Formats: sequence, C-alpha cells, structure tokens
Amino acid sequence: MVAALACSAPVWAQFRIEISGVGGTQMPIAVAEFRDEVDSPQPVSSIIRADLERSGQFSLVNVAGAQLSETSLPAWSDWRGRNADALAAGSITRLADGRFDVRFKLWDVVKGQDLGGESLAVPADDLRLAAHRIADKIYQTLTGERGVFATRMAYVTKAGGRYSLRITDADGEGGQVALASPEPIISPAWSPDGRELAYVSFERHKAVVWVQDLSSGRRRVLADFRGSNSAPSFSPDGQSVVLTLSREGGSQLFVMDRNGGNVRRLTQTQAIDTEATFTPDSRTLYFVSDRGGGPQIYRMPVAGGAAERVTFNGTYNISPALSPDGRSLAFITRDGGGNFKLCVMDLASGNVQQITDTTRDEKPSFAPNGRLIVYATRAGGRDVLMTTTLDGGIKAKLLSTQADVREPTWGPFGR
Amino acid sequence: MKMHNMFAALLALGLLAACSSTPLGEKAPVEDKLAQPASSSLGAKAATGAASESKVQTVDLGAQLSSAVANQRVVYFDFDSFAVKDEYRSLLDAHAKRLSFDRKIHLSLEGHTDERGGREYNLALGQKRAEAVAQALGVLGVQASQIEPVSFGKEQPAVEGHDEAAWAKNRRVELKDK
Repeated sequence: MVAALACSAPVWAQFRIEISGVGGTQMPIAVAEFRDEVDSPQPVSSIIRADLERSGQFSLVNVAGAQLSETSLPAWSDWRGRNADALAAGSITRLADGRFDVRFKLWDVVKGQDLGGESLAVPADDLRLAAHRIADKIYQTLTGERGVFATRMAYVTKAGGRYSLRITDADGEGGQVALASPEPIISPAWSPDGRELAYVSFERHKAVVWVQDLSSGRRRVLADFRGSNSAPSFSPDGQSVVLTLSREGGSQLFVMDRNGGNVRRLTQTQAIDTEATFTPDSRTLYFVSDRGGGPQIYRMPVAGGAAERVTFNGTYNISPALSPDGRSLAFITRDGGGNFKLCVMDLASGNVQQITDTTRDEKPSFAPNGRLIVYATRAGGRDVLMTTTLDGGIKAKLLSTQADVREPTWGPFGR
Repeated sequence: MKMHNMFAALLALGLLAACSSTPLGEKAPVEDKLAQPASSSLGAKAATGAASESKVQTVDLGAQLSSAVANQRVVYFDFDSFAVKDEYRSLLDAHAKRLSFDRKIHLSLEGHTDERGGREYNLALGQKRAEAVAQALGVLGVQASQIEPVSFGKEQPAVEGHDEAAWAKNRRVELKDK
C-alpha cells in the first residue's frame, strides 16, 4: 500500500516511505479512499494512511473496493469481518472559487458509533496539510494524544557541492527550500513558535549563527563573534538561545536573549562544552562535554552551578535530545566497534536502550508529542532520514533518492 | 693666456658633449648603455664584465616573505591530537616573520577534522586545532589581532575517502590570507 503511493503519484516520489518493525499494541483502522479523491491534486486518504501507519500505533485494514464518503452508513458486519476497530471515510469537492472542500467522518466499528468529523475548505496548496490535520484528528480521537502529522521538519541536503536547508511536512513530503548555499549549513533549530529557524552557515568562511523567518525569508545574524559560533538551541519559553562560542577561546556554552543581546557565559572549563539543549521548563541544560576525557552528556542549571554527568556507558556520547515531557534522553553513542548508535535513556532509572541496527546514526530529534524520534543514518550507501518509536519497534524510512540528507529537526505543534 | 685658451677649449668640448645629449625640454630616454644578458646575475656580469652602472636590483621584502610561505599553508595532525608537530616549526617561523613584517596581513586559521564523529563535536575539535596553531604563532610574537582561529569541523574535507589515507589529509589547519 505504501509502495502504491510512490508508483501512483510520481510527482511526489521524491521521498518513498518504507515502514518496518512490529509495534506493541496497534489499532486496526480502515481509511477508505475519499469520494472524488482521484480528481483532486493530492491523494488525501493515502497521506492519512501513511501518517497513521508511521506513528506505530495503527495497522492498516484493506479497503479495496470500498466506496464510502462521510455521509455513508457503513456496513458494520463487513468492517468487523475485516477486523477493523475504526473506519474513516470522506470526500473532496472542488469549490467554485478554486478551493477544495475536504470532509471526513470517523466511526468506532466495534460499537457501531459515529465519532465525529470535520469539513475544511482549503486552497490546493494546503491539501496535504488538510490531510495531515485529518490524520491528527483521527489520532487524537482514538489515542487521546495530540498527533504530529501536521508538524514540519527541517533538515539539510547536500547535492553536487551545494547545500539546501529544507522544510517539509513530517512525512518528508512537500519540501520547500528555506536557504540554498554553496557553503555548508549545519545545526538547524526551530524557534518554539515554529516561525523561525536558527542555523549555522559557513557563507562567511567561518561558523556563524543566523536566524531566519520562514515565511518572509528575512534573516539576521545572531552570533558572529571571533572564532566559531555554533550549536544554537532556543529555550522552550522562547526567551533565550544557548549556543557554543569560541570568542573567549575553546568551545564554551553561552546564553543570550532571543534578539542576540545580553550574552552571558555559562561554562568555565578548558574542555569542549557544546550541543546544549533546554529541559521543558527552560531551567536546565543538557550538553556535551569532554572535561572528563572523552565526550559525555552532562546537565547543569541555566542559572549557573555545577554540572552533573548523565552518561556513563562507553567513552563517547554526544547529540543529546530531550523528550517534551522531560523523561527520556535520546543521544548517539560510539560503541567499541566505532559504530554510531542511537540510544534512548529513561532518565528516572538511567536505563539505556540501543534502538537501531544501523551503524552510522546521527542527530536525534523528538516529535513534539514525544512519541517518535527522527534521526539521520546511512543505508544502502546513502544518507537517509528515519523516524522511530521510542522503543525502536516501528521505523519508517524517509528516503531521498537524489541527495544526501542530514541534521533533521522536528518542528513544534502549530504552524 | 694659453691656460685661458685651453680652458676655453675644454669648456667648448664640454658644451659640445652636452649638445650631443638630449635637447632641453625633452625627457631623457632611459637606456642601458650596454646590452645585458637575460639572466643578468652577478656571476654573468662578472664574467662578461658588462655590468650596468645604472641598474638597481630591487629587494621586495614582502614578496620574499610571501614566497617563503607559498606551498606552506597546511599543518597536519595525528588522530585525536591537537599537538603541532615539530616538523612544522620552520613553516610557522616563516608565517610569523611575514605577519610581523606587515601588520596589515590577516590570516584565517581554518581547523578541520576527518569525517568520523558528530558534526558539532568535530567543529569544536577543529577549533582546538586552529587555536593550537594560533598559540604556536603567538609564541613566535604574532599579534592575536592578525589571526583568527576558526573551524570547519568535518564539513570541508580536502580529500574524499573513507580510509586512513584520506583521513590523514583531512586532519589539518589551513593558514589562509583573509
């Protein structure tokens, strides 16, 4: 079914979505093709099906032959016979003003109950977003949690010696280029309101931190001090940015106001201190330091104070990412064989799990509902982006067939 | 009386000699009185005995110092190391002389790592290498305002490749005129 998405819609085939693994509890759901979908610019029901499947919390029920819309009265015995617990159907109608009226309905098959629906009128350019919003609504109704399908991701591609900072939907599709450059771009970071991206650009032949407004393209330098400026990260309360500066020698953590003022040094070591990220309450930083010899992950209060070591497995642990509830820490470890592996630590118990079987994992980033992690890795001789559930059970490959992809970072709720 | 005439004659000769040179108001053409061999080295002049009396050999200190650092623009590092090896002492010396001679010259010291490891951590490692070279130049008297240590981490390898031969060529600091 996922392969059909790629074959039947070549214009969207820049990314092919492959899903692997077996999830714990998955709810079987049937999402029928929407009435008149075949005449619309986007395969709305396919987008919804792929979103739900990628979450790891749903399995897809065969809908072949079903002709339903939101006004139908489903044949319950038929759907129970197909082992569906839930059913969704809808329609897409072109309006006189050129927009599209998208409607859907969700049913509990087991109880034979209408769970509600929605209608959205959107321009053609927002049809994918409409599909993702429907998937979010279905997800929230059935799981009680907020869906992330309408969120966006930022990542960097490198092709033919040129670099692009791209923004896509959370399924990897609908990509737009925020910045194109002949010089490297690294470390993109979303502002909490999702309107800006901070990143490091080498266009001035050194590492400089920029902040760019996504809808207008207006950009400003956040940090261009002597030496290198890198690893920007916004505080969740939107007030501050932590970054790594070498303006006083070495690589040390500094915090500044979001507009670049009030620069304050946080670490005072002769070591490398970098890759800082805030806890959800904006009061603590997790960061990488090699003050003990090799790089390990530490935490310290933003207000100042002693740092406490957090990782103890092996000699090389980097790229910390915190779940939105503050309970899990994802990071990259280099194992004894020199392989780079994605790990997830339960912070309360300290238990660490390696959750991939690839060997060159990089840069994990949590979805804003904390249920998925996106990361970069290498497969089939190419850089690829993957999403995974926190236990590694369900993985989805967002595969670029044209360029190397790296540095994925998951955007916040609400566009 | 005779002396007077002789003097007058000499004077006349001098005037005649003067007349044979460029008339007043025209610029005197610059020319070698004698043809010079192409190399015009001191040895050749001595051998031919045809050295020019007018030629002045220019010594351009700036150019000499710059040519002393041509092809001397990269310092390589061992794996996991930031130590500037002894073999680069003369390279650093040449750069220090040039920088001290002309305070208007500024260098970017661009630090790099091989491809192994995380991007931000490697950016910091490259910075450490650049600062090691900066410190070595500082010890030789170079002013900090003339050099800026920066890093490209693993983002700009000199050599693409996934073996030690390539990695060794990527662990480096490049000294570049700004």
